[in-house]
Amino acid sequence: MQIELKDVSYTYGLNTVYEVSALSGINLSVKEGEFIAIAGQTGSGKSTLIQHLNGLIRPTSGRILFEGKDIWEEGYDLRELRTHVGLVFQYPENQLFETTVVKDVMFGPRNQGLSEEECRQRAEEALKLVGIPEELLETSPFDLSGGQKRRVAVAGVLAMNPEVLILDEPTAGLDPAGREEILTLIRRLRDRQGITIILVSHSMEDVASYAGRMIVIHQGKIAFDGTPRQVFAHYRELEEIGLAAPQITYIMHALKKGGLDVDVNAITVSEAKRSILLALAMARSGTVHV
Amino acid sequence: MSIIRAEHLGFNYVKYSDSNESEETVRAVENVDFEVEKGEFIAILGHNGSGKSTLAKHINALLIPSEGTMWVDGINTSEEEELWKVRQKAGMVFQNPDNQIIGTIVDEDVAFGPENLGVGTDDIWKRVDDALAGVGMLGFRDRSPNRLSGGQKQRVAIAGVVAMHPDCIVLDEPTAMLDPNGRKEVLEVVRELNRKEKVTVILITHYMEEVVFADRVFVMDSGRIILQGTPREVFSQVETLKKYRLSVPQVTELAYELRSSGCDIPADILTADELVEALCRLN
Repeated sequence: MQIELKDVSYTYGLNTVYEVSALSGINLSVKEGEFIAIAGQTGSGKSTLIQHLNGLIRPTSGRILFEGKDIWEEGYDLRELRTHVGLVFQYPENQLFETTVVKDVMFGPRNQGLSEEECRQRAEEALKLVGIPEELLETSPFDLSGGQKRRVAVAGVLAMNPEVLILDEPTAGLDPAGREEILTLIRRLRDRQGITIILVSHSMEDVASYAGRMIVIHQGKIAFDGTPRQVFAHYRELEEIGLAAPQITYIMHALKKGGLDVDVNAITVSEAKRSILLALAMARSGTVHV
Repeated sequence: MSIIRAEHLGFNYVKYSDSNESEETVRAVENVDFEVEKGEFIAILGHNGSGKSTLAKHINALLIPSEGTMWVDGINTSEEEELWKVRQKAGMVFQNPDNQIIGTIVDEDVAFGPENLGVGTDDIWKRVDDALAGVGMLGFRDRSPNRLSGGQKQRVAIAGVVAMHPDCIVLDEPTAMLDPNGRKEVLEVVRELNRKEKVTVILITHYMEEVVFADRVFVMDSGRIILQGTPREVFSQVETLKKYRLSVPQVTELAYELRSSGCDIPADILTADELVEALCRLN
């Protein structure tokens, strides 16, 4: 197991009048190479949870293990941990600061104590991975488009060669094509580099299309943990806690109600298409009576 | 008479060097003409950098045209002495709720706008009450804004604009940072304002599903309006939209895919109900 949370709880402002419990009794295991989406309403505890994973927040109680070792044990190197578990915050482009794109991406590896040459090489590789063309390397990051800036910010984390990449709503504010570019990039990082992905998302459609596992947080606890298909089958309960199913799920339920024998568990456009065409063909050939 | 009219509107951003000399100009809006009637619900789509926000900022005179003219309720926004009148007529709501709330208590925040207009105290409180009731936040009037959810904060921001009694509200990606529930809340409030109070709405968004309810959609690219029409007309052009880095609602995409595979259903399906009806008819 790559990351394990054992009975983790976190309370903000402990022992003050502002005491608020943000997480309680979280048990969670993450395997190497998983693509996990975390969903939950604003204020559900998602952001608090992901900040535990690279040791930015120390749990009030419970244990966090990375590759079997307790990260809060005395002598554990948290700095080192943060190079293994990279965290991309919301609107990461706001954190760009250097004069050129390549210098900005070199900042992380430089802090790891690598040589100038190695830093440069890491940065160039990372920028290539996120699809920033070479001719942009020496330009100011502030002259790039919104989508490009965000990809440079992701490259800044990738340059540290993390094994786990956590992204907090990486597609917020991007146009549809930009959204797809970022998500395709993330999927490629997992498929080709074997990086474990933990993605916080408000878009149920994106979760359905990309993630292999979905975790729903509600009031500081894990409400659902399963494949997106399993979780979205509980769409009524999801609505009650401020979430929803992808639009496709609602269409499939309505079609079934309208008499077409489709698979209500379809959660993406291509699954829905296949199921509808099949149902129509079967109805036409009369093999199934609807 | 139209409430908003742009005539050959053009806008340049000027970049300055370190020594404060103008270096280069970037054309953000290029020769745009459009008219919006009172009470219309207009949605503007376009990829990042297409010029939507720049265009929208002209409507409440945050930006003044470099070329051409912007008229808001008959007032030319380039006339400096009319600035406050223009801003009272057209209010703006931005993407990040945390950047637009200044009061320590919800009702004080909503009162900020009318206070600046010099409205009398009694009238201010009446406006605040009405505005908060309009966005469904009256029960939160004594709360601190930082304890609200994103959707609630956005509704307070909208109330702050509504309390100024504008004829027109411009919303620049108001739901980009919200969870599904927050998005639904904000959109419902905006639609209510448009339907009941007849407030003209200009909504900029990257979520195609939010556009389905608009009267008209403008699609922008390279600072120009390159496509406009009803949502049905615009979304039937799936390939064109993809070319401009946009997409269509999932329902429309599914209908398009089914049609490409030979399903005999209409090309302009917009809602789940329409698709269900068309498919069940085939069955």
